[in-house]
Amino acid sequence: MSGLMQALQGVKVVEFGGYAAGPHVGKLLANFGAEVVHVESRRLPDGFRLQYPPYRDGRPSTDGGGCFAFFNDSKYGVTLDLKNEAGLELASKLVEWGDIVVENMRPGVMARLGLGYEELRAVNPDLIMLSSCNMGQTGPRANTPGFGSQLTALAGICGLTGKSDTPPMLLYGPYIDFIASTMGAASVLAALEQRRVTGRGAWIDLSQYETGLHFIAGALFEYGDSGRVAERVGNADDQAAPHGCFACRDGKWLTLSCWSDQEFARLAELMALPGLAADPRFQSAEKRLVAAETLHASISQWALGVDAEATAQLLQEGGVHAYPVNSIADLFSDPQLLHRQLWRRRRHPVIGEHNYQFPGFDLSVTPGDVTAPAPCLGADNEAVFLGLLGMEAQEYRRYQERKAFG
Amino acid sequence: MLTGCRVLDCSDQLGWLTGRMLADLGATVVKIDPPGSVSGGPAWQANNFNKQPFPLDLSTGEGFEVLERMLDNADLLIECAQPGSPLAERFDPAALAVRHPKLVHVSITPFGRTGPRSRWQASDLELMAAAGAMSLAGEPGGEPLRVSAPQSYAWAGAHGALGALVALVGRSVIGRGQHVDVSAQGSVIPALAHAPTFVDLLGVTPSRSGAFMTGRAREGARFRAFWPCRDGYLNFILYGGPAGRRSNEQLVAWMADAGAPLGALSEVGWSGFAPTLLNQEQIDRLEEPIGNFFSGITMQSFLEEASRREMLGYPAFTVADISADPQLSARDFWQEQTGADGVRRRYCGAFVMVDGERPAKSAVGELADTLERFGLDPREIAELGNNATEEAA
Repeated sequence: MSGLMQALQGVKVVEFGGYAAGPHVGKLLANFGAEVVHVESRRLPDGFRLQYPPYRDGRPSTDGGGCFAFFNDSKYGVTLDLKNEAGLELASKLVEWGDIVVENMRPGVMARLGLGYEELRAVNPDLIMLSSCNMGQTGPRANTPGFGSQLTALAGICGLTGKSDTPPMLLYGPYIDFIASTMGAASVLAALEQRRVTGRGAWIDLSQYETGLHFIAGALFEYGDSGRVAERVGNADDQAAPHGCFACRDGKWLTLSCWSDQEFARLAELMALPGLAADPRFQSAEKRLVAAETLHASISQWALGVDAEATAQLLQEGGVHAYPVNSIADLFSDPQLLHRQLWRRRRHPVIGEHNYQFPGFDLSVTPGDVTAPAPCLGADNEAVFLGLLGMEAQEYRRYQERKAFG
Repeated sequence: MLTGCRVLDCSDQLGWLTGRMLADLGATVVKIDPPGSVSGGPAWQANNFNKQPFPLDLSTGEGFEVLERMLDNADLLIECAQPGSPLAERFDPAALAVRHPKLVHVSITPFGRTGPRSRWQASDLELMAAAGAMSLAGEPGGEPLRVSAPQSYAWAGAHGALGALVALVGRSVIGRGQHVDVSAQGSVIPALAHAPTFVDLLGVTPSRSGAFMTGRAREGARFRAFWPCRDGYLNFILYGGPAGRRSNEQLVAWMADAGAPLGALSEVGWSGFAPTLLNQEQIDRLEEPIGNFFSGITMQSFLEEASRREMLGYPAFTVADISADPQLSARDFWQEQTGADGVRRRYCGAFVMVDGERPAKSAVGELADTLERFGLDPREIAELGNNATEEAA
């Protein structure tokens, strides 16, 4: 931890669960100063450790995976065998120590382990607990298991991705999990504010499906209001034309859009095709929308003669919306992301030096940071129980003998 | 949970969701838009539900002076002024921090308030390009695509709410507010999941794969992710791992129960199923009978049966399917409200349930009462109201 004051200093978080939707909540809080303990077991490590590539040397290993590391920086890592009475006792001590519990098991799993909200409230009466799962804790399909990549399809987002004549498309990973984690982190902080004022804790029931729906809330409202069913339309927009993505000479792609007649005139001038703005087919937004295909054909032809990056610069200087399509590799050299220090390199004991992502907002007084690489499995058992919880060494040894840290 | 928290929301589409989330959590949110401005489109309606609209022209000294007085009684300010614009100068973070030391000031802009591209203009299209998201959507080698419903605004808005709450909690620690500088470009990056780690660890750049999933099989074979069914598409993938194997096994059992031909599926021992070892021909042989079976069922029947059998996979719902989903009505997800025109409309409800209940629409009350709590006097409120009405007319 740096010597600066941090916004969430003193906030203690305990995480049960794995993959993305739970652990990413803790990561977001840890980056602003919260002390976060990620609980796993040796028998059942976080699924992101062994089930998902990439691995530095290409071979799956518990501590060598980038996927787990990326969502678990700045935390402590402990192992507890929750099927063992001694392990459960330590879980209970952790909850007593904590302010916030985050879990993303299927509904009922925590209760079956003896770690349900009511049981934990008996240990820590003003506890804040976030339970995050696919469908929420209640309802006819509460117990449905699922991956975030597929839930993104149920929540309508995949169906809105693609061209009108193609099937829906995946958005690479468990897209909706990160909607859920961002909103989940916000909700536990609101609960902290409530606790500061009233002394009351809270149990937050987050359905990842429902949080995803907020990302297409306008389309859902429109359906209720007018019956219009939103469809995937490639890169088209119902207000702007041109509005598209164009292949360039250098093999890269360039996005650009015009939101007024003036902006379109500027684009035409910058393209050195002033006739385009004078063309009667393109003289208003309505006309351009109707003739979008023809207009885009002209721009496509022009784009093949220019380079994406330099042209985006030129268009922006001339007052036109534009950006090259960054590949995932390009993100590490994007000048704006570099300026904001979005990527922070830290040395992981197994992976070596690699990049972690700082959240998309900066604070002026309490800046936050990626304070440490992700923990190796069980690396912080002593630091957490002897250090943070202040357990005596003898007691710790007894728990070791009882195989609590399995 | 945020009862008593007062928010002045001067956002545009980049920040609408910020105030919406804070309102869902119990804050009093006054939504400030220029008088007579065109608002009320579906996205505006959906994301400004639960707020109190108050027309005020912030481009004039007079209008901004009214806002400044309200800021004396506000906890949070949300604004989206484009860096370099006259309005962004009025919302200068350092100056506002001096005048309103307790205020949490949230700026939400395409690229953040500082940096070499802070003044670049971007709509959702350019933001999804700048954040790398478009490079992951589309056919392999084909045109990169955005999601047809803008996503970057929602990512920026959700991060705005998170940043606002980090700073609000931090106010108790440091005894003052601070500036939260949200970059929409940076806020979209989590949407890429762990894609950046492939570049970082292996020098491999993940890209788009259309309706298929790649990167699972050693020989680079692709698995189908979206399948046509009777009334739309289903999302199902032949995964490995315990949950995947169980899903595959259950699908085959379901197909057998339904009397569907199993083809190559009948030869598979699912307990040792390892998709990473398959080549394209083997995958195609397994997927053929599945495709035939799926083409005869509906999205709803898949959803119900997959849930009953605890299989992985979901239909690709449209907004119409979502609107009829009994799971959502059982959880009281939708909220309805009658507008000034007497029409009843339906909105997404609060994004979480708290202590077993969906937080109801906050008791919005009369705008005049709220404005008084922000320190405006009743006579002034009446005057502002009249001006706004005249301009709108």
